Amino acid sequence: MAAVPFAPVSHPSAASLISARGLTKRFGDFTAVDAIDFDVAPGESFGFLGPNGAGKTSTMRMIGCVSPISGGTLRVLGLDPAADGRRIRAQLGVVPQQDNLDTELTVRENLLIYARYFEIGGPDARRRADELLEFVQLADRAESEVEPLSGGLKRRLTIARALINEPTLILLDEPTTGLDPQARHLLWERLYQLKRRGATLVLTTHYMDEAEQLCDRLVVMDQAKIVAEGSPRELIERHVTREVLELRLPADDQAPLDGRFDGLEPLVERVEQRPDRVLLYTSDGEAAVERIHERGVRPESALIRRASLEDVFLRLTGRTLVD
Amino acid sequence: MTGLTAAQPGMRVLQRNLWVYRRTWRGSIFTSFLTPILFLLAMGLGLGALVNQGAGAGGFGGVTYLAFLAPGLMAGSAMQTAAFESSFPIMARIQWRRNYEAMLATPLRVRDLLVGELGYIGFRLLTTAGVFFLVMLAFGVVRSPLAPLSVPAAVLTGYAFSPLIVAFSATQKGDTTGFNMLFRFVIMPLYLFSGSFFPIEQLPGALQALAWLTPLYNGVALTRGLVLGTAEPLTAMAHTAVLVAYAGLGLALARRNLGRRMVG
Ligand SMILES: Nc1ncnc2c1ncn2[C@@H]1O[C@H](COP(=O)(O)OP(=O)(O)O)[C@@H](O)[C@H]1O
Ligand SMILES: [Mg+2]
Repeated sequence: MAAVPFAPVSHPSAASLISARGLTKRFGDFTAVDAIDFDVAPGESFGFLGPNGAGKTSTMRMIGCVSPISGGTLRVLGLDPAADGRRIRAQLGVVPQQDNLDTELTVRENLLIYARYFEIGGPDARRRADELLEFVQLADRAESEVEPLSGGLKRRLTIARALINEPTLILLDEPTTGLDPQARHLLWERLYQLKRRGATLVLTTHYMDEAEQLCDRLVVMDQAKIVAEGSPRELIERHVTREVLELRLPADDQAPLDGRFDGLEPLVERVEQRPDRVLLYTSDGEAAVERIHERGVRPESALIRRASLEDVFLRLTGRTLVD
Repeated sequence: MTGLTAAQPGMRVLQRNLWVYRRTWRGSIFTSFLTPILFLLAMGLGLGALVNQGAGAGGFGGVTYLAFLAPGLMAGSAMQTAAFESSFPIMARIQWRRNYEAMLATPLRVRDLLVGELGYIGFRLLTTAGVFFLVMLAFGVVRSPLAPLSVPAAVLTGYAFSPLIVAFSATQKGDTTGFNMLFRFVIMPLYLFSGSFFPIEQLPGALQALAWLTPLYNGVALTRGLVLGTAEPLTAMAHTAVLVAYAGLGLALARRNLGRRMVG
């Protein structure tokens, strides 16, 4: 077994709910997940942050025991997905990337039939369905058809459905992709409630704000590999500075930087030129603004903001998360 | 949780389909029940009047055209019900509605999906064949105490097609071209030329031999023999064996193809 390349998980005493070593997924010659290692501890919110095509869904499907692994080892709830898929799935709640609600049944029927798939029936299923409809604020739509629901409501129903078996581990693949900001915030709030109640969440996202909101710990994935691991704060501290100064230069001033931002260390740690702006990674944005004014640089606008996971991703891969 | 339900997770998939059917059965009445009966009346009585005058009853083994046609239509309709239920709805659950993806995230396995789907198709076959049998009774076509066995014979005829077509559906990539070809070039010719409407002895020799091998011919011959009381035990067993062989082959292929499609 390969050595653990990361700091130990935050609950060193508790057994991992998921443990992956050299986990690999190949489709023919193409490697979608390339020998990744990670552990998820009970009660933790763990994220995979990465752009489209990074291999997040492929990883989630292996954890969900619907896609056989091509290499390495994977243990979920202490069991081997290849041998104990049914037993593992009985304890998982899965929110897939693409909605797959039963559009031929009503909202409540969706929960009741899903309960039946887990061999939960009768009054238990009905009680649980009603509680969950309350929890995701869909009780007034219980008898509605699924199709006319908005994207946000469908997502909420999908989350309710994933909780019908009181899962030990909840897998959410891009839970808010494609939703409007209001719907996203409501979902985040619900997921945060779950987290507070001690649920273990594993989620993927290509939104850094989602990762910052929901993840205790995350790995950054790019091109089938894990490129960094830590809490959002740790990642930012480790890979970028506290603040970022974003400068927009006048349209006729897109020339090479001509050394205009050279020699600002240690105040400015790094300069990144993007197509439409220049980013100065700095411990003190105000001071950096003053220094470039002294040098006679006259940007159209100067914005000081906190560094984010987006900056971490840019730093590690040279690309932005959402293109 | 009883031992039986624990052993039969596929029943959950059947249950799901029945919940949907509870809502949609009215829409299926026309295609599943009325169309075959209208066919029987138009052709059996209307066309039959002319046919009986021309060929005489001798051409149809000593029975009226209506009596000859009715069990043939019963088997033919079973094939059509099976073909329809095993194609578009299965494709929908694989790809358009993604039901199977949702189901496979639970303890259900591919084999449970198949058990549930085939159970539901069995229910559809049984009800349509059952109603058709009552209509035959009403028209005085039934002449054998073994005739009620024509209902399971028609169901078996449907099952000779259903898993094979499910296996085919599992290879389709979400457009309907393959299904259109299937219905145009397989199901429709079989329906017309497998002995439902006229004895296959009317076909040229080579086609007759080909018809012998088709599941529908065997289904029609078995069903007709049971309804009219002309079945020879050995031939009836041979027809049954052919139908069971097609069903078994289909089952193996369906399991393999659906597994490949859903678990990757
Ligand atoms: N079933 C499949 N067959 C072939 N390639 C696949 C399959 N599923 C995913 N891929 C490829 O694997 C890569 C990773 O995909 P995915 O895991 O869906 O990434 P993400 O969820 O991070 O966007 C992509 O290049 C994708 O095209
Ligand atoms: Mg994905």
